Amino acid sequence: MAERVIEHIKDFPERDYEAPEVHYLNWAGTVKSWLFTVDHKRIAILYLISISVFFLVGGLFAAIFRLELLTPEGDVLQADTYNKFFTLHGVVMIFFFLIPSVPATLGNFLIPLMIGARDVAFPRLNLLSWYIYIIGGTLAVILTFTGGVDTGWTFYSPLSTSYANTNVFLAVSAAFITGFSSILTGLNFLVTIHKMRAPGLTWFRLPLFIWAHYATSVIQILGTPVVAITLFLIGVERIWGVGIFDPGLGGDPILFQHLFWFYSHPAVYIMILPGMGVISEVMSCFSRNRVFGYEMIAFSSMGIAIIGFIVWGHHMFISGQSMYAGMVFSFLTMLVAVPSAIKIFNWTGTMYKGNVVWETPMIYAIGFMGLFAIGGGTGLYLGNMGLDVPLHDTYFVVSHFHYVMVGGMVMAYLCGLHFWWPKMTGKMYPRVAANISAIVIFVGFNFTFFPQFMLGWLGMPRRYHSYHPDFQVLNIFSTAGATVLGIGFMIPVFYFIWSIFKGKPAGSNPWGARGLEWEKCTSPPDPHNFKEIPIVTEEAYAYTGEETISV
Amino acid sequence: MSEASHPTDGPVVAHHFETWEQHEESCTMGMWLFLAQEVMFFGGMFCCYAVYRYLYPEAWFEGSSALDWKVGAFNTSFLLLSSFTMAMGVYYNQTGRINKLFGVMGMLWATLFLGIIFVAVKLQFEWLPKYQEGVVPGTLWGPHGHHYGQLADFDGPGGQGALQLFFWLYFVMTGMHALHMLIGFGIIFWLMIKCLKGNFNEHSYLHILFFGLYWHFVDIVWIFLYPMFYLVNPPH
Ligand SMILES: [Cu+2]
Repeated sequence: MAERVIEHIKDFPERDYEAPEVHYLNWAGTVKSWLFTVDHKRIAILYLISISVFFLVGGLFAAIFRLELLTPEGDVLQADTYNKFFTLHGVVMIFFFLIPSVPATLGNFLIPLMIGARDVAFPRLNLLSWYIYIIGGTLAVILTFTGGVDTGWTFYSPLSTSYANTNVFLAVSAAFITGFSSILTGLNFLVTIHKMRAPGLTWFRLPLFIWAHYATSVIQILGTPVVAITLFLIGVERIWGVGIFDPGLGGDPILFQHLFWFYSHPAVYIMILPGMGVISEVMSCFSRNRVFGYEMIAFSSMGIAIIGFIVWGHHMFISGQSMYAGMVFSFLTMLVAVPSAIKIFNWTGTMYKGNVVWETPMIYAIGFMGLFAIGGGTGLYLGNMGLDVPLHDTYFVVSHFHYVMVGGMVMAYLCGLHFWWPKMTGKMYPRVAANISAIVIFVGFNFTFFPQFMLGWLGMPRRYHSYHPDFQVLNIFSTAGATVLGIGFMIPVFYFIWSIFKGKPAGSNPWGARGLEWEKCTSPPDPHNFKEIPIVTEEAYAYTGEETISV
Repeated sequence: MSEASHPTDGPVVAHHFETWEQHEESCTMGMWLFLAQEVMFFGGMFCCYAVYRYLYPEAWFEGSSALDWKVGAFNTSFLLLSSFTMAMGVYYNQTGRINKLFGVMGMLWATLFLGIIFVAVKLQFEWLPKYQEGVVPGTLWGPHGHHYGQLADFDGPGGQGALQLFFWLYFVMTGMHALHMLIGFGIIFWLMIKCLKGNFNEHSYLHILFFGLYWHFVDIVWIFLYPMFYLVNPPH
């Protein structure tokens, strides 16, 4: 400890606009140095590339079935093919994009930097979890080319175990294997956050991004093994023809739904909590204001993780679950909205009397707030047992889910990517193009999914390739919006890649942000993150309102 | 990146940790978290067991009667003994006795030996006869022969389907348990090689300690499985 230099993080280091000569990206350039790296920053980049590929694949599936839904008749796709496409869209997007999205990329990259550590606690385990993800992903790709799967991403029994003629076994294997990647990431983060914090970095000085990942990791460790064993049972049941979930053989399909949603409801918090962590950072930075109600946001993350584990029955109101259980689940679902609402109010409070700066990440963050508020609010409709009966399995549910997952999580993911891109690559992207794409995505998203709320309210059921002609106008809106959304998602791909080669050097702290990753690291960071492990002497987000943007 | 600092004395601290205490505490916490996820993993199956036992108590009674509680008790005692030898291995490691009969090496051999007996008895006297006499849930179901033939006559609530559920859970849960033991055997071999290479001493004991935790966890699972399957119909 003695050799550590005592430094106060509020003293800004000199801004060097030149990129450092040696950094984590260029210290070794061989393929081997990337594929066998144990550096959390390089692993984050590996994840970034892989999940972007899966996002593209999942998006293509959606593009094709949105095309089918342009007309009421089933003309582009047969019913069977349509079922496969929406299933593959769900499986790929949930297991291979949304669950790893922020934790595996931004979380991996930033957690050690934010807490002043040289790496995560288990660097080799971190690499292993990427390889597990790739094995699972490879199975998913093989699945796509060997007939696909048509059960929906939920794999409900007895459809998945007795009736489906598609490759259910391969699909559940892919999800099963990828689950362990998620578990190992969560385990790594929990230990890292507990044991690797820099001196002086107490729990209530941690950035809220860290709190969000802490809560996420708890869910990953406690929830994922349950869905793993459940999918394992589905797979074995399918091969051996035994009926653990098959009512024809004495099994109970409702039990499958309980076990599945015991994980899969908390899993939506695995998907959204890290995004909320991103928003806390960005809101505070671009409001030039300490986050309003720091402790409440931290506790609300933990509250979501805990209450999130006891609301799963709201997926099963009409499944045959006991009505009294339904009432309890309905009440608890209302309860879990409270911590989410606390976050929204606190972010708004952060902007109030702050000096709001309109940069790309802030546009995404404000877009997130609006879309997440709609997505979360309609979640209360659906969590309401009486109202869920007519809305169940309609496009209302589809739209609600996408408002939370795309409007919420994908926006937050892009928000974080735009915020930390200068840190990750040392380069600045063209901000005008980025602002335009943020707005295109926001508009395209609403055009795609708002009509689906209306369709659901009118009673259009989900998961059919043909529909009543009365629904056509709204479906045309939705497909047109999806086209805009798709274009919006493509723009960042181009300017991000462009910026790597041609972008202006970003400097170590282009946004004038607070936090160890900005104030104590170069852009891109050193392979060992810090020259000396910093000592933290103050709370997070000590913004004075006088920070300047310097790009 | 992967160089480790080698202090002249004491344990080796990986490069990304600042102190040995941090290294040790991190690994310990990681191990317990791993065990927590293992508990949830088995927990899903325990949940299925609870539901179906509650739904079909008669089938559970019938199925359990067909299992040989004596073989189960024999195996339980061997597994408990292996937990003891493993605990002794941890103790010897921390007192610096490594490549000796009454040292880490001897204890790993004893643990391996007892574990192999457990799995061998399970295969030879439990799974194989069930397979031969048609006590295999699914398409091969058809109990016959003098050990299990009486199962075919069961027509209580749930019928043969419920009985199959009992044996299905029996195979999946004991099978998953045995799989964890097989993985354990592999780790024992790896630890033996590290022993011979001289990787362990009184300062370097985390590998053995954590394997000990894993092995005890596998034992504890069996402590639950034994009464759940063999003792539903208590021996008179
Ligand atoms: Cu839910």
